Amino acid sequence: MQLIEMDGVGIKRQGRWLIQNVSLNVKSGEIVTLIGPNGAGKSTTAKTALGVLKADVGTIKRKPDLTVGYVPQKLAIDWTMPLTVRRLMSLTAKPTAAEIEAVLEKTGIPHLINSNVQQLSGGEYQRALLARAILRRPDLLVLDEPVQGVDYSGEIALYNLILKIREELNCGILLISHDLHVVMAQTDTVVCLNGHVCCSGAPEHVAASDAYKQMFGDAASQSLAIYHHHHDHSHKADGTIVPSKGDSGDCCNHG
Amino acid sequence: MDDFIIRAMLAGIGLALVSGPLGCFVVWRRMAYFGDTMAHSALLGVALAFLLNINLMLGVLAVTVTVSICLLILQKRGSLSTDALLGLLSHSALALGMVLIAFMSDLRFDLLSLLFGDILSVGNADVIAIYACAAVILGLMYFLWRPLLASTVNRELAEAEGFNPDLTQLIFMVMMAAIIAIAMKIVGVLLITALLIIPAATARWFAKTPEQMAVASAIIGIASVILGLEGSLQFDSASGPSIVVASLCIFLLSLFASRLINGVLAKDKGQ
Repeated sequence: MQLIEMDGVGIKRQGRWLIQNVSLNVKSGEIVTLIGPNGAGKSTTAKTALGVLKADVGTIKRKPDLTVGYVPQKLAIDWTMPLTVRRLMSLTAKPTAAEIEAVLEKTGIPHLINSNVQQLSGGEYQRALLARAILRRPDLLVLDEPVQGVDYSGEIALYNLILKIREELNCGILLISHDLHVVMAQTDTVVCLNGHVCCSGAPEHVAASDAYKQMFGDAASQSLAIYHHHHDHSHKADGTIVPSKGDSGDCCNHG
Repeated sequence: MDDFIIRAMLAGIGLALVSGPLGCFVVWRRMAYFGDTMAHSALLGVALAFLLNINLMLGVLAVTVTVSICLLILQKRGSLSTDALLGLLSHSALALGMVLIAFMSDLRFDLLSLLFGDILSVGNADVIAIYACAAVILGLMYFLWRPLLASTVNRELAEAEGFNPDLTQLIFMVMMAAIIAIAMKIVGVLLITALLIIPAATARWFAKTPEQMAVASAIIGIASVILGLEGSLQFDSASGPSIVVASLCIFLLSLFASRLINGVLAKDKGQ
C-alpha cells in the first residue's frame, strides 16, 4: 500500500530553494533511505513528507489516517523538564504499562524505564526515541539519523532492530542517513539527495551510478561493497560495483 | 480572621493553583521574559480600561492578548531576534500606558498598588472572577495537557504525530494573558513572573515527571501565598513582595535540602 507519494515537491525559504523537484514514494513494509551531503535537504524532505513543512510547489499525497512515528534529528529535552523514559513513552500516545514494558524489552532498554532521559547515553536515548515512535504502531516510521551518537557495534544493533520492527509492524520506513555502509545493504530504495533528487533506485544501482560517485567519491562505493551482504552484483578490480541485471532506477548526470 | 484577610488568602490560593502548572510551561519553554513583557504591557491595559471605563481585568486581557499576537506576527517576519522584539513590545506598552495615565489628570491613581499588588483590597467579585478564570484555565490545561506537553518537548514531533502546535501555542498565550490579568491585583505587574517561575523552579528539585512538577509547583505556590500573607501581617510589609519573598525562601530551603539529599546519596554510592 502506498503511504506517501511526493511528486515534484519544492520548498523555498527567503528566496532560496531548500529542495526542488523531489519525488519519492514510501510503501508499507518498504525501507526508503535518504542520503546526501550536509545541507542537501534530507531533513527538509522528511519534514515535508510529514506535513510539518508546507511545500511551495508539487503535490504530496498521504494515506488517509496515516499514523506516523517520528524520531527527529534533534530532540534535546530541556533539563528543566523532568522526564523519565516511562513518561517519554506516552508523550503523544496513551500506551498501557504492559505495552511500555514490552517495547522497552524489544528495544533492549527495559532496565532504564525509570531513568531520566537527560541522563541516557547517546545509544540509549536513540533506543528510547525509537521505542516511543514504534509504540504508536505507526504505518510510517520516519527516522532522522537514528544512529547519531552511537558507536559502531551499537549502530549495527540499531539497524538490526529497525529491520525487526519493519517485519513486525510491516510499516514503511523513511530513513535518513549520512552513513551509507550498513543502510544501503538492507534498504529497498535509496534516494540520493542534493537539493534535488540526483539519483534514486535500488542500492546497487545508486552506488554504481555516476552521480553518486561524483558526490561521494569512489571510496564510498568501495566501502559499500565491504558491508554489502546480498551478493547480487559483481565487483570490478578497483572495487566498484557492477549491478546485477534487471536493476531498476533513475539517474541524472551531474554536469 | 478578618474578612479581607480570608478573601486575600482565597484569591492568592486561586492564583497559585493556576500559576503553578502554567509556570512550569514558562520554565520549560524558556518564556520568562515573555511573561515579563505581558505583565509590563498590562499597565497599558489598565490605562485603557480607565479611559474606556471598562472592567480592569478585561482591559488588561485585551492588551496582553494583542501584544502576544503582535509578537507572533513580528516573529514570523523574522527581522529582529525574539528578545529584541520582547524588549520593544514590553517597554513601548509600558511607556504608552504611563503616558495615557498622565493624560487622565482627574484620575486618582495608585501606581504602587498596580506595580506591587494590593491583595488586601480584593473584593468578593474579584475572588469569584479569579476562581472562574482559574477553573477555565485548569480545565483547558487538563484537556490539552498531552498536546501542550508534546509541543513543548518538540514542536515538529507534535505536529508530525497529529497535534496542532500553532493552536496550542495560541491557547497557551491566551492563558498567560489571563493569568496576568488576575495576578495583577495580587502580586502586581512587576512580580507576576516571580510567582510563575520560582515555585516551578523549586518543584523541579523534587519531580520525576512533568505532572509531578506541575502539582508540586501549585502546592509550593499556595504555601508561598499563605506564608507571605502571614508574614506581611506580622511585619506590616507589602503583601505582593512578601509572597514573592516567601517563595524565594522556600526555593532556597529546597535548594539546600536537595543538595543535602544528593550529597547523602552520593556518599552511599561511594561506599
